[in-house]
Amino acid sequence: MKPMVEIKGVSKRYGKTTALSEINLTIDEGQFFALVGPSGSGKTTLLHILGGFVEPSSGQVRIAGQDVSYLPPARRPTTSMFQDYALFPHMSVGSNVGFGLLMRKVPKPERVDRVAKALDMVGLSDMSTRRVHQLSGGQQQRVALARALVVAPKVLLLDEPLGALDLNLRRQMQQELLHIQKKVGTTFVHVTHDQEEAMSIADVIAVMNNGHLEDIGPPARVYMKPKTLFSATFMGESNMFEGTVAGRSGETIEVETAFGRLQVSGAAEPGARVNLSIRPEQIIAAGGDTRGPVPLGVLQVAEVSFFGTHHRCLGRHVNSNHPMIIRLPQHQAAKPGDKLNMSVQQEDIVLLMQ
Amino acid sequence: MMRRAFKNIPAVVYVALVYLFIFMPVAVLVLFSFQDSLLPIPPFQGPSLRWYQAVFSDFRIMGALGNSLMVAVVSSALSCLLGFLAAYGLARYTIRGSGVVQWLMVAPLSVSYLIIGMGLLITFKTMGIPKSLIAVIIGHVVINLPLAFAIIYSQMGEHQANLERAARDLGAAEWQVLVLITLPLLWPALLASFFLSFTLSWDEFIIALLVSRFDVTLPVEIWSLLRSGLNPKTNAVGSLVFIVSIILVFVTEFLVFGRRKSQ
Repeated sequence: MKPMVEIKGVSKRYGKTTALSEINLTIDEGQFFALVGPSGSGKTTLLHILGGFVEPSSGQVRIAGQDVSYLPPARRPTTSMFQDYALFPHMSVGSNVGFGLLMRKVPKPERVDRVAKALDMVGLSDMSTRRVHQLSGGQQQRVALARALVVAPKVLLLDEPLGALDLNLRRQMQQELLHIQKKVGTTFVHVTHDQEEAMSIADVIAVMNNGHLEDIGPPARVYMKPKTLFSATFMGESNMFEGTVAGRSGETIEVETAFGRLQVSGAAEPGARVNLSIRPEQIIAAGGDTRGPVPLGVLQVAEVSFFGTHHRCLGRHVNSNHPMIIRLPQHQAAKPGDKLNMSVQQEDIVLLMQ
Repeated sequence: MMRRAFKNIPAVVYVALVYLFIFMPVAVLVLFSFQDSLLPIPPFQGPSLRWYQAVFSDFRIMGALGNSLMVAVVSSALSCLLGFLAAYGLARYTIRGSGVVQWLMVAPLSVSYLIIGMGLLITFKTMGIPKSLIAVIIGHVVINLPLAFAIIYSQMGEHQANLERAARDLGAAEWQVLVLITLPLLWPALLASFFLSFTLSWDEFIIALLVSRFDVTLPVEIWSLLRSGLNPKTNAVGSLVFIVSIILVFVTEFLVFGRRKSQ
């Protein structure tokens, strides 16, 4: 696959504060790429640099092989879908969608044709003459998408476009975005603070924090094998604990922890302090003396709440008093005070970079 | 219900008195413009349109009316243009000390017209600008520009900036953004500030008196009529000025508040 977006050593400083530091990133053609991170992590700044609304302080941005670092938005092969949709209230739906084509001096018959096709794609084919304020939030969203895609951009930038929708509509729009992206094949760069949204729609996600990239990769890898402490915490609940490296053999190290001596894949020097993480749902827990692949000891359950798909149990590790979270399957209810034997698959214990 | 209605009686009376106090002089002025005798004092005789006829056949008054219209249109248009440019610049670009600039733009609103008029008189004298209608136009731009700026600036918020950004993103050049997005969206604010400036210029007296000489505006002409004593003719001119002001206020209300309601 060809790289569509190449970001090389891009930094952005506002006075003394650094919004982005030395970002290096490549996004392939046709990829659905998600930038995820808490507010203030720099994800929106990076998107604005791609769109041309913010100039980088240093570094280079190439889109489709062309250096666009200092080009204004109007001359970039990108379009954006904004958080507040930014539909023109004084124009009809059709004129909104046709605006980009008009600016590109596309002749009228072709324009009308392409607007009709774009509206059809988002399921609003009979809305062309409506006024923007006559549409619902979800419909305005679709108009914004049609308006951005109708000019056939090389890259579509999505700036938290689903943030204002209620949960059900949001899930539905995520599905639709994914569907449309696969259909048109345009590279999508999607900014969101919702890690579930990022995981469910993107081919590749980049976790950002404090102006730098923490982790980048396919959602399953980033979730199950997070690279850093931040990315493990941000991408969902996790049990974090420290340990001391006791020994090393090839790709595997032995770590002395509160849960006993654990075998973990990764590299670290003996004697070093390391952070480990285990996702709550990867811990197998049962009463009696069932023993799994890697025993973790006994959990004393303190609180249980039911989440539909699972029971979430808070408790403490009996020997070390280390607080823990685990998820039990629906049919395996537990109650406070229960003692459960915990175990885990060796590959689910993740060594985090310092 | 009845008890509540009785409780409200003092309030109703109070409000009625307030409005009577405010509108009585205007009502008397308008009423006696239809007086069919030589003095605008009770008892009322008429109605008659003779004084209106006298007004419309008086070339001095008609000339002043034309001058007033010209001054109002030109000064309001200039105020809107300058106010828009200032608002656009301050709303769209981050400038060092823009807070101070903004404050300085609006500050003249708090200065009395008399002070502004005297200041202009001295300034024009030192600069060698003669007393004229052009001087009146400049004076009216000075008093109306802050208002036009404030009204237009208040309508150029973040939301509109986002719309302009979206237009640029879709390939619009700066002039296209201005013509296709910014101006159409600001239309109500521009019209409102135009009509408000027009209303204020239309019956502004002190500055017009101080900086004009041979060609004068209608309020100055009325003032010189008044110096020769009360006369139903002055009532007729005053009524005309009042009617034009009222119409302008309604147009402004309709443009600004009528639209806001429908949105």
